[in-house]
Amino acid sequence: MIQAQVKKSLKGQQGDFVLDISINIQQGEMVAIFGPSGTGKTTFLRCLAGLEQPENGMISVFGKVWFDPIKKTNLKPQERKVGYVFQDYALFPNMTVKRNLEFALPANNNRNRVNELMELMDIVDLENRKPDTLSGGQKQKVALARALVAQPQILLLDEPFSALDNETRCNLQDEIIRLQKIFGITCVLVSHDVSEVYKLAQKVFVLDNGKIKESGEPAKVFSHGMTSGKFRFTGELLEIENLDVLFSLTVLVGNQIAKVAVMPSEAKSLKAGDRLLLVSKAFNPMVVKL
Amino acid sequence: MISDWQPLLLTFKLASFTTCILIIVGVPFAWWLSSSSLRIRPAIEAIVSLPLVLPPSVLGFYLLIAFSPENFFGRWLDQNIGLHLAFSFKGLVIASVIYSFPFLVQPVQSAFKSLPRSLTEASQVLGNGKVRTFLCVQLPNIKPALLAGTVMAFAHTVGEFGVVLMIGGNIPGQTRLASIAIYDEVEALNYQTANFYALVLVVISFLILLSLYIVNRQDK
Repeated sequence: MIQAQVKKSLKGQQGDFVLDISINIQQGEMVAIFGPSGTGKTTFLRCLAGLEQPENGMISVFGKVWFDPIKKTNLKPQERKVGYVFQDYALFPNMTVKRNLEFALPANNNRNRVNELMELMDIVDLENRKPDTLSGGQKQKVALARALVAQPQILLLDEPFSALDNETRCNLQDEIIRLQKIFGITCVLVSHDVSEVYKLAQKVFVLDNGKIKESGEPAKVFSHGMTSGKFRFTGELLEIENLDVLFSLTVLVGNQIAKVAVMPSEAKSLKAGDRLLLVSKAFNPMVVKL
Repeated sequence: MISDWQPLLLTFKLASFTTCILIIVGVPFAWWLSSSSLRIRPAIEAIVSLPLVLPPSVLGFYLLIAFSPENFFGRWLDQNIGLHLAFSFKGLVIASVIYSFPFLVQPVQSAFKSLPRSLTEASQVLGNGKVRTFLCVQLPNIKPALLAGTVMAFAHTVGEFGVVLMIGGNIPGQTRLASIAIYDEVEALNYQTANFYALVLVVISFLILLSLYIVNRQDK
């Protein structure tokens, strides 16, 4: 089990606050730290990796103490077995894809690990390319593969998909699920995307202003304890059209455009640009397998 | 026309020595400056940059005083290491290193600073120590700045006059550099010889800078 208690004062956009959280993670679990930006999510991850030092707390990973100010233990990042996928991928521009992976090999390790991972991630074709020539999704894959080379005990993912388009993001999320199944590695994901957390994590910690506000299974946390019998979507009103009897609303939900009809009385207070909550009874919807 | 190549050769010998020492000393120093959070760092940066703004004669004057066997430092060098720095080639090398220091350190330091921090951190997390991170990640990724700094330091040493005149004087074969020879020949009204030295310096300096810009363009 991983136990992480981290206390550290931070400077935020809305003034100073204290990051003060305590999290337990089971082996092989994928947990998400969820919350808006500037609440200390990344700092928590950096403390786990040893890139920043908490003012107080304790970090122990599978029985080994990584950080304990009382015993004056603070392992260097090099001594902690973590894989870290940075938000900007942090691939070394001077090395080819293959060299990037090999650079992560411990001195006496065999090179097969690199080849296996490249095959597994389907990036063999890219082995001689430099990072500058790769697309965002390819860079992400290489960064993931590189983080796994040294067989880390924890994989830390810092907003790994924020810079990618929807389709690539979806594919890579599937990829992470697949890799996690293969290696059974414990993952900590930092994200501000509900759908991502919902899809990937078994457990979510909702962080607000440095404190954990809620935690549990994503399905429960995000529906606040009760599974609703309704579809609820938030969207942006793009256009209102007067069809005499009814009004037609064009609403952007996610990246899909939906048209819904409402009574004139409901349309009266609306104008283009408003944020809307669309609710519909989920009884007997059309369900089509894709 | 008298074509005495000695001052020119001496100039390029001095520039080569200076540049080698600068790379060995200046690059780690620039790295240290870029990553240091010491309080006195601004003071150190200011001292390093002084040669950029001071008249070369000021630097030369103080170095001459310091190197003089009449004074403590010069006497100490003389008695303990047997080193006479005033009016000698070794003295010229040391003065040039100090004088050209900011030309190498400044571009290299700012290049280290502008490297994304995540690159260094990624290398650390992957288990690499400071030295390996420096040699394999940081240094290769500032290559253009390193090249520019090296060439500028070399070219700047070739172009020295004030410092080397103060500290080296005009001893043929030892401290008589091309820039000093030009001044000397003009004073003696030997315009042709002066022109020979000057022209060679112009052509070589141009070629050095040209190759720098060509290499940097190919890198992109």
